[in-house]
Amino acid sequence: MEATSEKLSIDKKQLLSGLRVAASRIPLLAWFLGGLVAVALEQFIGNPFARGIGLPKVPVLFGFVIMLKKPFLIPSAVLYVVLIYLLPVAVVARLTAASMNRLAAKLLDLKMFLSVILHLLLFYAVLHIWAEMSDYRVLVLKLMLIAVMLTLSLNIINGYMGEFSCSHPGFMALGAYSASVFTVWLFADDRLFGPALLPPAIGPFLFPIALLVGGLVAAVGALAVAVPSFRTRGDYLAIISLAFMFIVKSLIENLEVVGGPRGLGNQPDWANLPVVFATTAICIWIINNFVRSTMGKALNAVRDNEMAADAMTVDTRKTKILAFLFGAFWAGVAGGLFAHVLRYVNPGTFGIQKLAEVLAMVYFGGLNSVYGSIVGACGISLLGEALRPLELYKWIIIPLLLILVMIFRPTGLIAFKEFDVKKLVQPKKMAD
Amino acid sequence: MVFFQNLINALQWGSFYALIALGYSMVYSILMLFNFAHGDIFMVGAYIGFGVSTALVSLAAMGAFALPGWLILVLTIIISMFLTSFVGMIVERVGYRPLRDAPRASAAITGLMIGIILETGNLALLGAERVKFPSLIETTTYDLGGVFVTNKKIMIVLVSITLSFALHQFIRRTRWGMAMRAMAFDFAVVPLMGVPLNRMAALTFALGSALAAAAGILFGVAYPVLDPYMGILIGWKAFVAAILGGRGSVVGATLAGFLLGFIEMFVPMIFPSTLRDFIAYTIVLLILVFRPHGFFGEAYSARLRL
Repeated sequence: MEATSEKLSIDKKQLLSGLRVAASRIPLLAWFLGGLVAVALEQFIGNPFARGIGLPKVPVLFGFVIMLKKPFLIPSAVLYVVLIYLLPVAVVARLTAASMNRLAAKLLDLKMFLSVILHLLLFYAVLHIWAEMSDYRVLVLKLMLIAVMLTLSLNIINGYMGEFSCSHPGFMALGAYSASVFTVWLFADDRLFGPALLPPAIGPFLFPIALLVGGLVAAVGALAVAVPSFRTRGDYLAIISLAFMFIVKSLIENLEVVGGPRGLGNQPDWANLPVVFATTAICIWIINNFVRSTMGKALNAVRDNEMAADAMTVDTRKTKILAFLFGAFWAGVAGGLFAHVLRYVNPGTFGIQKLAEVLAMVYFGGLNSVYGSIVGACGISLLGEALRPLELYKWIIIPLLLILVMIFRPTGLIAFKEFDVKKLVQPKKMAD
Repeated sequence: MVFFQNLINALQWGSFYALIALGYSMVYSILMLFNFAHGDIFMVGAYIGFGVSTALVSLAAMGAFALPGWLILVLTIIISMFLTSFVGMIVERVGYRPLRDAPRASAAITGLMIGIILETGNLALLGAERVKFPSLIETTTYDLGGVFVTNKKIMIVLVSITLSFALHQFIRRTRWGMAMRAMAFDFAVVPLMGVPLNRMAALTFALGSALAAAAGILFGVAYPVLDPYMGILIGWKAFVAAILGGRGSVVGATLAGFLLGFIEMFVPMIFPSTLRDFIAYTIVLLILVFRPHGFFGEAYSARLRL
């Protein structure tokens, strides 16, 4: 009896390690291809299949919502996820692994840039087809990507530079409002700003400029926090940044020009999925390069010991101001996108609640890590959506989870991990 | 006249801020971290006060004992302070003790999350309906030459000043207070001298929470409608006051609490009242830019462990 159980456990171990080895040989390209097949499958047979196994419709978020709402549908939802997502992904990835490895190797020889572009295109295709099934998925995806940008930009200040900045909702508000004013004023007929000044047809081409304006305004606003940071650190800076957040919120509430507390609506619908995805990809790329540059190392030096960094010829003032401006810039861009995704902003959005959300994402994912920010932002947003049927209890479960993460991994799930693009896109080692 | 009227109101709001700020400041001086759940402990304190006073009132109504309203209020304050101190100790045990050696920002996150859990837990337990604090004492209004003062306002200011003074004396004169001061002086060595670190931390949280509960009940007396999110804004403002006063300074926190009350009350006298937050926080920001360590805080020291 004992012997068999032992044997079983060994078998299980072997199976697991076998799976791991198999997975380690599959390049990213093959995973994406598998994903593509899975979402295409869902597109074609998702609805009839879901009805066939007793689900009312295609589960929008991998069946989590339906599992929590109607527990007796759990087997069907699990079956759906396994048959539509997991199985096709695994099979296709395994089957195409060899050819995709060769392709990845060839692409990498040719030019890494090309390889990355191809990966991104494939990834986008997967996301696009997945999201096409419902508007809800599109919205969740957009907000998730924006959350990734926000988390990354806050991680520059809180993780890489080690300050506890609470002003991120403020930067976001500045970006959201200035980008909105730019687009609404120029391209939309609005109660507050009058008729459109420019033909709306050229608007989408100027949308990046609107986002840039948002980012730049946020960066200028960040000076109000960056300059005091020369003289003070830690708690006092936290308060200064908190005061900044309240000031921005209260200022916008008092500016009747932009709608005051009623908020500003009517933004043109330009922030579609490709735009948000592209902006997020560019953001990740630039921030990743930034934190791996000399400047990024200087940030870490300032965090670990400001005086020593100063002695080692790091210009601490320049470093601090750059980190704040850079972080705020991307927060502003994210804010601009946020305003155009929801097509309505009001100052109440950018308060303590938003602050807690962004901080939770940063510290959940991991400090000082691009991977961590992505994981944290996606994790918390998906969790928030998946637990939505629990209503109130969602706000007990998520904080509890975060407390547990903080207790067992005080710096977050994936802290201090380098994000290496080359490692991601390179072919995986083949079996001998 | 308006000036004096505002002065009274400022004193009242300053009392709330001061009592809550004391909790932040004490925890900071011992553990070098801010208890971000403190605003919500204030809320819990107010609700516990609500429960205790309702129970006492209904007991009195059933004829168990006959007590005047003010005595019930005093009893409520004492019992609720006692009960809420346990909430503070639990928060410390669950959220802060495991994180004592972690980066301080992690503890800040736990604090924030405990705050959310307290709010939501309250909402889940009691429902979304706002509860009304029972009115225990009659409002009498005194007319002092055009300035109207209610007995409640006087009571609030007096109780808060008494409690702050009592805390000050506790820290100055008792053995426990001495241990707290020693701990604030050196966090690393003093535990080696036989001062029980965990017990001190629990005590600090208990004291801070008790004061927050007192503030919550006084708040309930002045503004009888309680809701689960009432602690957020007032908590953050008191946090600002604690920083303005200088970390870990009891006197500073009290004074800064009152100062914040004054700023908030007097700004609307001169500017439109919608600009209140804007101007109040601009003043705070300017003070911190020019005096980065608050009024009574020590200068940037090597003790900061971030």
